[in-house]
Amino acid sequence: MHYFWVPFLPMLGIIIPLLTNKFNRSTCALATALLPALALGLILFDLPAVLDGQAFTQSIEWIPLLGLNLSFRLDGLSVLFSLLILGIGLLVILYARYYLSEKDHMGRFYCYLIMFMTAMLGIVMSNNMLQLWFYWELTSISSFLLISFWSHSSDARKGARMALTITGAGGLALLAGIVLLGEVVGSYQLNVVLNSAELVQQHPYYLAILSLFLLGAFTKSAQFPFHFWLPHAMAAPTPVSAYLHSATMVKAGIFLLARFYPVLAGTEVWFVVVSLTGLFTLLLGAYTALFKHDLKGLLAYSTISHLGLIVLLLGLNTELAAIAAVFHIINHAIFKASLFMAAGIIDHESGSRDMRKLNGLWKYMPITATLAMVASASMAGVPLLNGFLSKEMFFTETLDQSILGSLSWLIPVLATIGGAFAVAYSLRFIHDVFFNGEPKGLTKTPHEPPRYMRVPVEILVALCLVVGIFPAYTVGPLLDSASLAVLNHPLPEFSLAIWHGFNIPLLMSGLAIAGGLAIYLNRKPLFRFEGLFPAIDAKIKFEGAIQACVRWAQKVNQTLESGSLQRYAFWLCFFALALIAPPLLDLDTTRGSQAEYPLNGAVAIAAVLLVAGSLATVIWSHYRLIALLMLSLVGLVVSITFAYFSAPDLALTQLSVEIVTVILLLLALYFFPQHTPTSKSRPSHFVRDLAVASLIGCIIGSICFALMTSPLDSISEFFIANAKTGGGGTNVVNVILVDFRGFDTFGEITVLGIAALGIYKLIARMRLSMRTKDHDGRLWATDKYPVLLSVISQSLLPLFLLISAYIFMRGHNLPGGGFIAGLITSIALIQQYLAHGVDWMTKRVSVSYHYFIAIGLVTAAITGLGSWAFGQPFLTSWFDYFSLPWIGKFELTSALVFDLGVYLTVIGATLLILANLGKLTTKERLTVGVR
Amino acid sequence: MELVYSVCVGFMSACGIFLMLRGHTFTLVIGLTLLSYSVNLFLFASGGLTIGSPAVLNGSENYADPLPQALVLTAIVIGFAMTAFAVILAMRGRADLGNDHVDGDDPVDPLAREDKA
Repeated sequence: MHYFWVPFLPMLGIIIPLLTNKFNRSTCALATALLPALALGLILFDLPAVLDGQAFTQSIEWIPLLGLNLSFRLDGLSVLFSLLILGIGLLVILYARYYLSEKDHMGRFYCYLIMFMTAMLGIVMSNNMLQLWFYWELTSISSFLLISFWSHSSDARKGARMALTITGAGGLALLAGIVLLGEVVGSYQLNVVLNSAELVQQHPYYLAILSLFLLGAFTKSAQFPFHFWLPHAMAAPTPVSAYLHSATMVKAGIFLLARFYPVLAGTEVWFVVVSLTGLFTLLLGAYTALFKHDLKGLLAYSTISHLGLIVLLLGLNTELAAIAAVFHIINHAIFKASLFMAAGIIDHESGSRDMRKLNGLWKYMPITATLAMVASASMAGVPLLNGFLSKEMFFTETLDQSILGSLSWLIPVLATIGGAFAVAYSLRFIHDVFFNGEPKGLTKTPHEPPRYMRVPVEILVALCLVVGIFPAYTVGPLLDSASLAVLNHPLPEFSLAIWHGFNIPLLMSGLAIAGGLAIYLNRKPLFRFEGLFPAIDAKIKFEGAIQACVRWAQKVNQTLESGSLQRYAFWLCFFALALIAPPLLDLDTTRGSQAEYPLNGAVAIAAVLLVAGSLATVIWSHYRLIALLMLSLVGLVVSITFAYFSAPDLALTQLSVEIVTVILLLLALYFFPQHTPTSKSRPSHFVRDLAVASLIGCIIGSICFALMTSPLDSISEFFIANAKTGGGGTNVVNVILVDFRGFDTFGEITVLGIAALGIYKLIARMRLSMRTKDHDGRLWATDKYPVLLSVISQSLLPLFLLISAYIFMRGHNLPGGGFIAGLITSIALIQQYLAHGVDWMTKRVSVSYHYFIAIGLVTAAITGLGSWAFGQPFLTSWFDYFSLPWIGKFELTSALVFDLGVYLTVIGATLLILANLGKLTTKERLTVGVR
Repeated sequence: MELVYSVCVGFMSACGIFLMLRGHTFTLVIGLTLLSYSVNLFLFASGGLTIGSPAVLNGSENYADPLPQALVLTAIVIGFAMTAFAVILAMRGRADLGNDHVDGDDPVDPLAREDKA
């Protein structure tokens, strides 16, 4: 089947207008029209089969786990809509060629228009609900771009924003509905969903699904109370109004109702809600349209009213009503698009859309006037035109329903009243614009438009006549197949004829025409009466509501985001507490069954030191240097703890990190006040923080105790069993780091490198002042680099490096490895910085530490990638044993090279941080010295 | 012994968190460091305590759990990077904003401007 390409052709065509914009305007329009025309050809190619009542679907799996497939279908309904979208779309492209002025960016306009066309085709041809929703949102976005095309106008921007907000919100509701429906049915494919009516309608979610779908449809199709966005969308260029706001986008909501008619319709709720919403919208739109002075405003409200009519038909519980709805979709698209185009011509050639200024245009543009009159007559429902046929069917169906019980007779009466208003505003459109005296205050003399600008209108008006006179031969088959798709079962008998004899619907038509005449003749008192009501500007109300939302959001934001880290930290701790504590309450006992070690003196002393050190850090936290010393005491005891409990690697790492951290904090302390100012914090905060901290401490302690005393089933057995055989090393911790979990380590050294670079950027261009004196007013020592320190450090350096090399080499089999060796080397170098100063070191170490990080990471990465060369997964290690004379048997492993990468990165990161911070102290000190 | 160990871990965490809730950056960094000590000890203990048999293969039957050790080893190094980042950020904050408060107060620190004046 060829139809699969139909939604893709215009998609490819989105960029064509942008590419051809630089040629002349006709070329651009022609090139733009090419792919949609091709798509239309493909549809026509498949048309005969569809008219025979066949439906086709075609799918490609996309994300099958989510039920999302790329899936298209071609049945009567989608063929009908595709013809409207592509046919009217092509006419609009032609029309816009003449409508847009030289100043407008034609390529951009066509680009948006084709994007919209793609989206609409996607909606009507989707066979997957999620895919349908995706296209649905794309119409909202592209219509936003089209409405705001003249973005210099505030009305256009506001109108576009309003349309996007309303239809976008409806789209979200629709998504929720689709997901619910998909979960209920168990599939997102339409061919499955459409045949699951019974399952869905008996499901408890039915009401929710229905409401969400109706929200989506009613917002898109401008049904009361969401109708107000449509008149404001009239700020768009007229080709957009003709395309989006008559034929296509506003019909998307109706399409949705029609598409899901087989599965959602048929219940009491559907009939009541849908029909009453439609009826009310029909009346409201028809009444308001009469009083609009703006041509497009009148047409917009008339569109709302006609959409209401179609919705009402879909809500009536007869099959013929659904057929009438489909018929009116076709007719309304044809006559309303031509009317919008006529209004655009009038605006374009006379410079105004205000009906108080526009009068007597018949003299100036007789052809356009004739065309507009025929189209208006169709809108009013005058016999021999297509609008009459569907209106007759509509009147017939209003008679045949029982929604309001014994008050059901109200519906045909109200429908006739709506019809009368439609006649009245159509009359106004004709009489006020083309007759009724002479034009008043126009800026230019009206004249006929360029020849080809009128062609689209002529084609559409001709269609109005042809369909109106020979309905059965023209739209008959199309209507049959589309209705078949809507009803999802064989059609009842119905006849498409102009003359059904003298009957009640004909009487209603007559009454509507007579009533419309009467209303129009008495328009002056009616306008005076309408003038008594205060004018409501939906735009102001809407913007007000939006701004209220923004203010509210700001308020919430300010409350939550007060700028106090203290407060954030408190809430973080509070919620951690609130979430962790309850499950612990259910635990019967903390003490598990595991045997415990008896307490001995050494551990007791260490524990006392830890507790005392922590406590002292807190108590003396105002005296920052002392707090720092106490903190390093804690750190030392922690490393001894690691050593005591069989973790030599950890002890070594902790010890070296401890040294580096203390140097770092001491350097930083240069730039901070040495004493924290006496706390102003309220006593209540103090108690609060103390309570939270203690509670969390208790919980962490309890969990820790419970963990240690419970029997453990760990995956570590695997590592111990395979370290030697699989990784070639006896130090299991190191083998885990460079082999089993090498990818983690790779990530970690990357993070380390990133952190160091971030710090480097933070230090760069930092402007800080350094004190010349300490807290007690003493000057800093003048002896910057004590001789003894320099000499000893320098002579220790080779020893340090030797030790780190040793630690590095033995790491795979004995405690040590890249992390620890890297830290030891760093400490050795920092020692030189401390003893000799930055300048001395800079002369001797000319390599920038950035390179260490880079080379380290690249080494690690290449080691990992190297295993690909042997057809192994990333970071698979390799090792083997060799023997050389004198040296004896030794082992070579690829993990050693990886560890070298770790080693280099650690050195680079540590020194990048500390050397730069140290440089800062030197630099600042110099400036102070000079001063 | 396990009881004493967990009391120490709990106590250190409490001290660390209390310091983190203070209103000045340096105190906060110290609190953060203290908390990371206790978290490392906590993670380390999740494999159970073992005395005298490190996870270096030597033919014996009983080894300390190597997995938490490997995790804690990288955690110590990353913890250092984090502390460094926090403290440098605090310095930069003091340089650019003129004070070292993190409690939402924004007083101009008289000491910070002392030498510039």
